[in-house]
Amino acid sequence: MNEFLILMKHELVITFIIFLLLFIKIGKDLKNEVMLLVIQVLLLLNLIAGFFFNQEDVLFDGMYQTTAMIALQKNILNLGVYLISLLFTGWFKKTEHLPEFFMLLLSAQLGMFFLISSGNLLMFFLSLELATIPVAAMANFDLEKKRSSEAAMKMILTSAFSSGILLFGISLIYGATGTISFAELPYHLDGSPLQVLAFVFLFTAFAFKLSIVPFHLWTADVYEGSPIAVTSFLSVISKGAVAFIFMSALYKVFQPMNVVWYNMVMILSIATMIIGNLFALRQQNIKRFLAFSSIAQVGFILVGISSNSIEGTSSVVYFILIYVFSNLAAFGVAAAISSQTGKETIDDYKGLYQTNPFLCWVLALALFSLAGIPPTAGFFGKLFLLTAGAAKGSYIFIGIAALNMIISLFYYLRVVRAMFMEKNEYPIEKINVHFSEKFALVICGAGIVMVGLLSWIYDYIVGLL
Amino acid sequence: MNLSLLILLPLLTAIAILLMRNATQVKWVSLAGATAQFVLAFVLLFAFRNERATGNPSQMLFELQYNWFPSWGISFHLGVDGISVAMILLTAFVVIAGVLVSWNVTKMTKEFYFLLILLSLGAYGFFISLDLFILFFFLEIAVIPKYLLIGIWGSGKKEYSANKLALMLMGGSALVLVGLLGIYFSGGHSFDLLKLSQLNIPVQTQMICFPLLFVGFGVFTALFPFHTWVPDGHSSAPTAGSMFLAGISMKLGGYGCLRVATYIMPEGAREYATIIIVLSVIAILYGAFATMMQKDLKYINAYSSVSHCGFVLLGIGMLTKTSMTGAVMQMVSHGLMTALFFAVIGMIYERTHTRQVSEMGGLLKRMPFIGTVLFIVGLCSLGLPGLSGFVAEMTVFMGSWEHPDTFRRVATVLACLSIVVTAVYILRAVAKTAMGPLKEGFQNLSDAGWNEKLAALILIAGIIAIGVAPFWLNDLVSPGAEIIMKKIAIPK
Repeated sequence: MNEFLILMKHELVITFIIFLLLFIKIGKDLKNEVMLLVIQVLLLLNLIAGFFFNQEDVLFDGMYQTTAMIALQKNILNLGVYLISLLFTGWFKKTEHLPEFFMLLLSAQLGMFFLISSGNLLMFFLSLELATIPVAAMANFDLEKKRSSEAAMKMILTSAFSSGILLFGISLIYGATGTISFAELPYHLDGSPLQVLAFVFLFTAFAFKLSIVPFHLWTADVYEGSPIAVTSFLSVISKGAVAFIFMSALYKVFQPMNVVWYNMVMILSIATMIIGNLFALRQQNIKRFLAFSSIAQVGFILVGISSNSIEGTSSVVYFILIYVFSNLAAFGVAAAISSQTGKETIDDYKGLYQTNPFLCWVLALALFSLAGIPPTAGFFGKLFLLTAGAAKGSYIFIGIAALNMIISLFYYLRVVRAMFMEKNEYPIEKINVHFSEKFALVICGAGIVMVGLLSWIYDYIVGLL
Repeated sequence: MNLSLLILLPLLTAIAILLMRNATQVKWVSLAGATAQFVLAFVLLFAFRNERATGNPSQMLFELQYNWFPSWGISFHLGVDGISVAMILLTAFVVIAGVLVSWNVTKMTKEFYFLLILLSLGAYGFFISLDLFILFFFLEIAVIPKYLLIGIWGSGKKEYSANKLALMLMGGSALVLVGLLGIYFSGGHSFDLLKLSQLNIPVQTQMICFPLLFVGFGVFTALFPFHTWVPDGHSSAPTAGSMFLAGISMKLGGYGCLRVATYIMPEGAREYATIIIVLSVIAILYGAFATMMQKDLKYINAYSSVSHCGFVLLGIGMLTKTSMTGAVMQMVSHGLMTALFFAVIGMIYERTHTRQVSEMGGLLKRMPFIGTVLFIVGLCSLGLPGLSGFVAEMTVFMGSWEHPDTFRRVATVLACLSIVVTAVYILRAVAKTAMGPLKEGFQNLSDAGWNEKLAALILIAGIIAIGVAPFWLNDLVSPGAEIIMKKIAIPK
């Protein structure tokens, strides 16, 4: 019993917070400001608690497993959620159903925790559903906006579709191997056509969640329609969680079929980078812009995953840590601007530096990090992904990835140019940034600069393997 | 001497600039920082010479090694040889002159100086790093400052130029990156320059990675046909930006071609030498002829930079000790000269508000100091003996002539021809600007201020020091070139 409490500590703390919020909601209607403060404190405690008493073991006949690496991945997600609770203060204060929003958000996070820890396909499927359905409800949270419900509808339809495909794949795998346990599956996989077919279905489900091209079509619409808090949750936390489990599934469970999936990952990675980048070039809406840029980033993550090595795991985890800071900073700035002025296009950002230098520097730092320019951490993240991928020896692949870094720089610079260089007669007025938003942006900025330069962070990740 | 000072000093200056309250404080802090860099560079020079005089034979001096990402085999490995010391001196000269020249910048002064100092940080780091990863890191660190300097403080079609520059340089870095990864995996998972130079990288890898690295670095130093960012970038940049771009940033590429591509992959260098020579001769001639057609002073200097940087690549491509020494000397000489040229153009533009040669005339009458500097820099550019340009180009030619084969002889002769063309455009531009009758509306122009005079004098001192006494630079550089040549001379 004791062991159970400690091993599932991350999940239990989250569950506890969900119930606490529920009781507060039932018992007394707090004002949004107070409620938000309570939530932020709880999430901070949750983040801190994640670093203590981490043990490695399996539970429930191998259904649930946890290792130091998994604990770290959960901590990264905790960090992201904590930052989200701070970054979108402006929007949260205006929301009518704040406790419900966070209950949904934390349920989704709980699903992601189980997803990362899952030890067999059944657990995997259940937790994936738990991680998806609340997000669809969250996407609908801008109740007065039509686009928001459209986003929710698109989200739920595509995820239902991908769940169906996933279930089909799981049933085929069970039929072909007679087991659904991650520990036993590698011994039964021999690359027979049926197994390959089953794997393709499974892969498709992952591709939907990670918005890998050609399964990315839902992404831009959902990102644009949802409230920015949800968009950032989808693009950072949800992507991160699925990337973690995707990687460990490929490396551990489907290791016998690595020739098959290496080629799939490589081709899809190239397609994802190119399509994501080319579509990002022409976007005007900052949310759509970040949506396509995050598709392209997934392409880069796939480069690291393709390496099938310890370096691959560590560089992907490292990259996602950096990605949390960079992407959340970008969304945070976009949210601060849009919640006060309602302006969301890149043209609106013209001349922003005259009125809001702080926001501009944070956004520029975030975009440079996403583009992979030193001294920001994104440089190290991208470089390590490419180095890990290059170990396989396909330099054309790495060359294409490097070329894509140039394309991506082009559109990231578009935003920088609008903010710093272009003139606007009526630039956005001085934005009143809440203290907690400012605090979170400073944390993100510090993370963007320091995570790369402090090499012990990477060494720590490597040490966990 | 502790080399990390060269990185820490600009870093601290940059941080101090951010903490300052008003523009005056920012300027003085930057000037203090730049002066400290200047002093430090000379301290380094003397420490280096002392160490060599006491007979320290190791290839790199003042080596430092800190752990940094050990799981990738990366370390923060610093060290200098004569070539690096020469480049650091050049950087220090250009930085202090750049800071002085931009004394009148009023738009976002703090950000301007912050970016300038950040750019110098990248250059210092690049020249002293012995680990290819941190070398690459410092190479790319300079991209953001360059982009913002041109885009915010530039003139003309600045957004276009800034974008073009950033993207082309990123393209170059992307090639470098792929090349570096190729070396990394064939060289026993190490980025360490000294370790890699001991290994014999398989010839097949060299055949692929050498062009990647050489072209990648070549983009920075205006290798034909990747020179197109140079004219736009230089002409749109603010004065100090052009000085840094042409004086320091283009030299990063030349240094990389020499130190990384040629040194680590000698077989590749031998194999591709012909192509390098052809491209650099094209750059030299094309740059010179293109300059003849220019009417804007900044474009004149930008295109002539293409031509002059061609000599750097020609010196490297000729693969003799003398020509490589000449290449490094040309980098230093051209860095000083072009920085001075851009500084003068900036001074003229600030007063006349035009850069068109045809709209100027007789400036020497109103601005004796600026006019004289313009003459000096022009004469240096066309290779007058006694100034640095002559020394450097002569060394390259001498080195090239060592080869007895017809192809290299012809290439050398063609490159020599460009000097005539250079004389034509320089003399024409300088004469039309400084001499002749004074044009209408230029009666009330003032001469250079104290800061401009100081900047110009510092750079002129450098140019004359090389021109009159080239041996100290030669002695500094040629042992480094010899080590590189030794690797190339060993037959397969």
